[in-house]
Amino acid sequence: MLLLILKRIGLGLITLFIVSLITFVGVEVLPGDACTTYLEREAYGPALDACIKRLGLDIPSYQRYLDWAANVVRGDFGYSLSGEMPINEVLGPRVKNSLVLASVSILIGIPLAIVLGIITALWRDKLPDIIISTITIFSMTIPEFISATLLILIVAIWLGWLPGIVIIPSDATFYELLSNIILPVVAISMIMTAHMARMVRSSVIQVMASDYVQMAILKGVPYWKMVFRHVLPNALLPAINVVALTIAWLLGGVVVTEVVFNYPGLGRLVIESISNRDLPVVQALAIILASIYVGINLIADLMTLMLNPRLKSLQIKK
Amino acid sequence: MNEIIESVKNLSIGFNSQTGKQISILRNVTTNIKKGETVGIVGESGSGKSTLALAMMGYIKQGLFALEGECIFKSEDLLKMNSRQLEKIRGRKIAMIPQNAGQALTPNLKIGYQIDEALKLHTDLNKNERDNKISELLNKVRLPSPETMAFRYPHELSGGQQQRVAVAMALAGKPDLLLLDEPTTGLDVTTQAHVLELLRFIAKDTGTSMIYVSHDLGAIAQVSDRIVVMYAGEIVLEGPARKILKEPIHPYTFGLLKSIPKLSLTGLPDSMPGSQPQPGSISDGCSFYERCNLASDKCKNNSPELEYLNNLDTSVRCFNHKDLIQENKLHHSTITRKDTVQKNNNVLNLKDVSITYAKQKFFDQLLNKISDENPTVKDINLDINKGETIALVGESGSGKSTILKSIAGLLKTKDGQIKFINERILSSDLKLRDPNDLRAIQLIFQNPDESLNPNHTVEQILTQPLKLYFNLTGNELKKNIIDLLKKVRLGEFYMSRYPRQLSGGEKQRVAVARAFAAKPDIILCDEVTSALDVSVQAAVLNLLQKLKEDLGTTYIFVSHDLAVVRAISDRVAVLYQGRLCEIGPSQNVYNYPSHPYTEVLLGAVLEPDPDIKPKLVAEDIVEEKPPEKGCSFQGRCPRKLGDICNKEVPPWQIGENGNAIRCHIKINELKNLQNV
Amino acid sequence: MQSDLATNNKQKNNFEKVLEILKTMALKPSGFIGLSILIFHILLALMSPYIAPYDYKAISPNTMLLAPSAEHWFGTDSLGRDVFTRTILGGRTALTVTFFGSLIALLWGGLLGIFCGLVGGKIDDVVMRVVDAFLSIPWILAMLLIVSLLGTSTQVLIPALGFFYGKGIVRVARAATHDVIAKDFIVSARARGHSNMSIIWNEIIPNVRDAILVEGAMRWSWMLLGFSSLSFLGFGVSPPTPDWGLMISNARGLMSFAYWSVIAPIVGLSSLIIGINLTADAFAKALGIDRSTKAPV
Repeated sequence: MLLLILKRIGLGLITLFIVSLITFVGVEVLPGDACTTYLEREAYGPALDACIKRLGLDIPSYQRYLDWAANVVRGDFGYSLSGEMPINEVLGPRVKNSLVLASVSILIGIPLAIVLGIITALWRDKLPDIIISTITIFSMTIPEFISATLLILIVAIWLGWLPGIVIIPSDATFYELLSNIILPVVAISMIMTAHMARMVRSSVIQVMASDYVQMAILKGVPYWKMVFRHVLPNALLPAINVVALTIAWLLGGVVVTEVVFNYPGLGRLVIESISNRDLPVVQALAIILASIYVGINLIADLMTLMLNPRLKSLQIKK
Repeated sequence: MNEIIESVKNLSIGFNSQTGKQISILRNVTTNIKKGETVGIVGESGSGKSTLALAMMGYIKQGLFALEGECIFKSEDLLKMNSRQLEKIRGRKIAMIPQNAGQALTPNLKIGYQIDEALKLHTDLNKNERDNKISELLNKVRLPSPETMAFRYPHELSGGQQQRVAVAMALAGKPDLLLLDEPTTGLDVTTQAHVLELLRFIAKDTGTSMIYVSHDLGAIAQVSDRIVVMYAGEIVLEGPARKILKEPIHPYTFGLLKSIPKLSLTGLPDSMPGSQPQPGSISDGCSFYERCNLASDKCKNNSPELEYLNNLDTSVRCFNHKDLIQENKLHHSTITRKDTVQKNNNVLNLKDVSITYAKQKFFDQLLNKISDENPTVKDINLDINKGETIALVGESGSGKSTILKSIAGLLKTKDGQIKFINERILSSDLKLRDPNDLRAIQLIFQNPDESLNPNHTVEQILTQPLKLYFNLTGNELKKNIIDLLKKVRLGEFYMSRYPRQLSGGEKQRVAVARAFAAKPDIILCDEVTSALDVSVQAAVLNLLQKLKEDLGTTYIFVSHDLAVVRAISDRVAVLYQGRLCEIGPSQNVYNYPSHPYTEVLLGAVLEPDPDIKPKLVAEDIVEEKPPEKGCSFQGRCPRKLGDICNKEVPPWQIGENGNAIRCHIKINELKNLQNV
Repeated sequence: MQSDLATNNKQKNNFEKVLEILKTMALKPSGFIGLSILIFHILLALMSPYIAPYDYKAISPNTMLLAPSAEHWFGTDSLGRDVFTRTILGGRTALTVTFFGSLIALLWGGLLGIFCGLVGGKIDDVVMRVVDAFLSIPWILAMLLIVSLLGTSTQVLIPALGFFYGKGIVRVARAATHDVIAKDFIVSARARGHSNMSIIWNEIIPNVRDAILVEGAMRWSWMLLGFSSLSFLGFGVSPPTPDWGLMISNARGLMSFAYWSVIAPIVGLSSLIIGINLTADAFAKALGIDRSTKAPV
């Protein structure tokens, strides 16, 4: 068991290593180096020299990669070009803000998705399923920036219930944040919930058709007891991994949503640093976002391992 | 004894097709189950037997619905009950033992919990009493170490053990009626005999009524007091078990019993033409009309009613049953096989072949070491003559299919040689084999659903070998395809069909045709009849024999079914855990003396005759790996001598009638032991 | 002659198969709606240059932010351009870019997936690890980086989108191939001694084709979603080309008093994505594939 966990963690680290290579090589092979890209027309003379010096562009690239990687492992991403300050200081509050947004969305989204998925599966092809499934198709297909824009138009502008644009500094406290994130959370969790609800639905339907559920019915197990003891554990287990992949994929949606609501999180930093051509920050963001992806998948893997009796006893036997 | 416990009245169940037509899969079924009696319901796949059994618990699968009729249990109609009322009956009054318990046990719940659940629902026992009851039940179904069994998950058990757990679960509610839906199908021969023995014991011990649903007349014969025969959704014959099995008065049952190969007979069984009609394609007349050799004009347009014959206590659905009553007794005729074996003309030679499935471990790979000292298949020596049918027999895990794969070049051998005609060594690597050698050895698989590409028409399927080996195109290709189809008795119009449009028997014929398209010298048959219905199996066996007699092909025939093997083969090799136990001419292997394992296998065969009972000589333990040294059968051998069996590989001994046995017991002693 | 006839027959069969699938799709209400929307959008994209009432780039200070009227059905935007004209033209780039992007995704994803599924072992492990690594960089970051450094021309967008959306197809194609090569009909073909190419072409591709096509159709709707997000962020097509994402982004700031200029492109884009999605779903159902358990990666 322990070996398997270590193996999964190892695989995750290998993935991160490849990501770091990809981003590093990607930045290397794309036209122009970090300094000329950033300084654009002013890329000459002492400004360029200073920049080159600071980023260490004058040393061979493999050496630079090793130095950079070593620093990243120690948690130091180097200097941002635009702010001329340590990237860590730029990132810190942004990471916190985005985490708040994402985790509130997930905390609301996952339970909601499970409930909706179960309802649609148990009342398959009946009215509740038809209504909910239609809604999920719509909220699944409509891009976040559209749902966010519509939310602002309807809730903030026409109804005037909530602030449409988040106007808070990036180091706002948790409570300040919370009152401002209702609309962004709705926008993000809509698409995520819809995706996950559909997965839960089809997983539950599949389990409901299994021999062991038929057996439970023929054993005289009452309906809801059967649903909770025999169906759900087996239906939700395979859904964990798929849900993890969905969450990771939706990181992209978080970026767009943050821009629409002017929310001071990682997403807006992505746009800002790319607009400013601040390549060191972009590299740092790639590593961080990839770590989140790898982390979520690792958690899902470990959860599946813990909960699946089949894998559990397999490991004990070995 | 005559009290009726459940009665089904005029029950029809069906579904709405996509075109909106109502199609019935169960038509006007009426039958009564009496207290304390075991009723066997027998039929081929698609005959509606499982639908009937489930309806008797008030359960109708999604998509199906009851068109008319009722299932009356203790004066109440189960089909009219709501789910709350049904929950009180299911598990408590009527319990189910399912087919394939491995899938019918909930994977995330421990065995103990699943039995406890039934106890909680259907008894008033407290926690302590329930715990005692669980071990009592596990004990009753003869599971090893019942104390720890309750804490295990279903997947940690073998197939036979899972089936026993299902039995324990069904007994928990002390039901009045037990429904068994193919409870032994899919189990190994010896395990099946053991589970059946347990069920018989339970029927006697508890006095519970049982409904035993199966396609296997052998199993039905062992347990039933009465037998109901179903065909295309109807009951065609119902009566006392002995009468049905010995003097069947319905032509379908008559033909079916004749088409089952018997251990006691050499030669091939009679076959029945055609296959069971699909639901929806049943015309006005008798549903068996197309396949019946007693059919008259009357049968074509009129459907016979189920008629009760007082003197025989039998109901029959046939206009012409009197003809069969006159015939009086079922006499098993067999078709004698022509001897095509050319002695001393070896086409294939296996010398000291061993094969390993085990993957190399990482460190062994680094050290370039072959890790597995104990290969899955070991020391196989076989000389196969031209025109011979040699059968490899054994239970799952015996390595019989593994050997076939190696001969075909699909699996590399670890040691030993495979020699073809003229002592030519066949490479164990498929890629290094001569194309002509590949042509000469063809394979037929167990399940035609898997072995035929679902996206190809029959024409495309047969084109492949013809194009590859003979480069045929155009008219010549077409002529060859039609020829091949004719050989397997399929019409030209089958060319444009897809596999999904064919019945199981037809698909297997296409697979046979594809193998013969290569004009092979040897055909490897891997359980080719196991996936087929009994009435179709005999026809395929006869076809294979006919083709062999016409074309002089050699067959290597792998099967777990000893009766089928006896019918088709000239020589039999018995395998256990990848090692040969016994080999000899087939009529002799089936006589004593036998290797103890052959004895166990033969004893466990279920014959469709209530007078022939299986002999259970060894426990049905599952062994995962062959033993490191000594005799392969040491773990289960009922005649084990002692240490010598654990340590030394037994020598070959030749019996007086030509079968070779690998055992430490002297062959004459074996004979004496087994004659008792 | 004979073989000509045979191939003719086969082609006819294929054509009939497509018709049959379309019929099955159209028989279900959701499939019918999806197909209708999709066909409507394709026709609109083809004909809009001829039916557009105004010049899409004609700026006029006199007609700034007019409400919908008989002259300007959907009103005008902040630069005085006709919103109706820009809306019916706004799907052209999106449709072309994502359609060709999906084709590229289908091609490289399908081929690499089949290859990995076939080879198995170490090569498969390594390739999948690299694919996984690419997958773990959020697509939007990678796309933004590429676009910001290489520009926003269609020659950059199509292959870049095709590359990033092909990863999911690799997985599907690989899994489908894995399933198929374990089947006995492949074993049978191998034992007969067919060449690898012939096995791939005759036995494997026909059996994984459906799964890959369905995945490709689904990718199309997601790619459209991604592409419009890019334009919305200002990294898609460049102004003044009419594009729904860009129109929404530009009109968003003024929507408190000129909501019409935002509603029209929203309806256009949403309906197209839903149309493609419903069509892909109906397509999957018609082919008997359940794809709701797949993650949108």
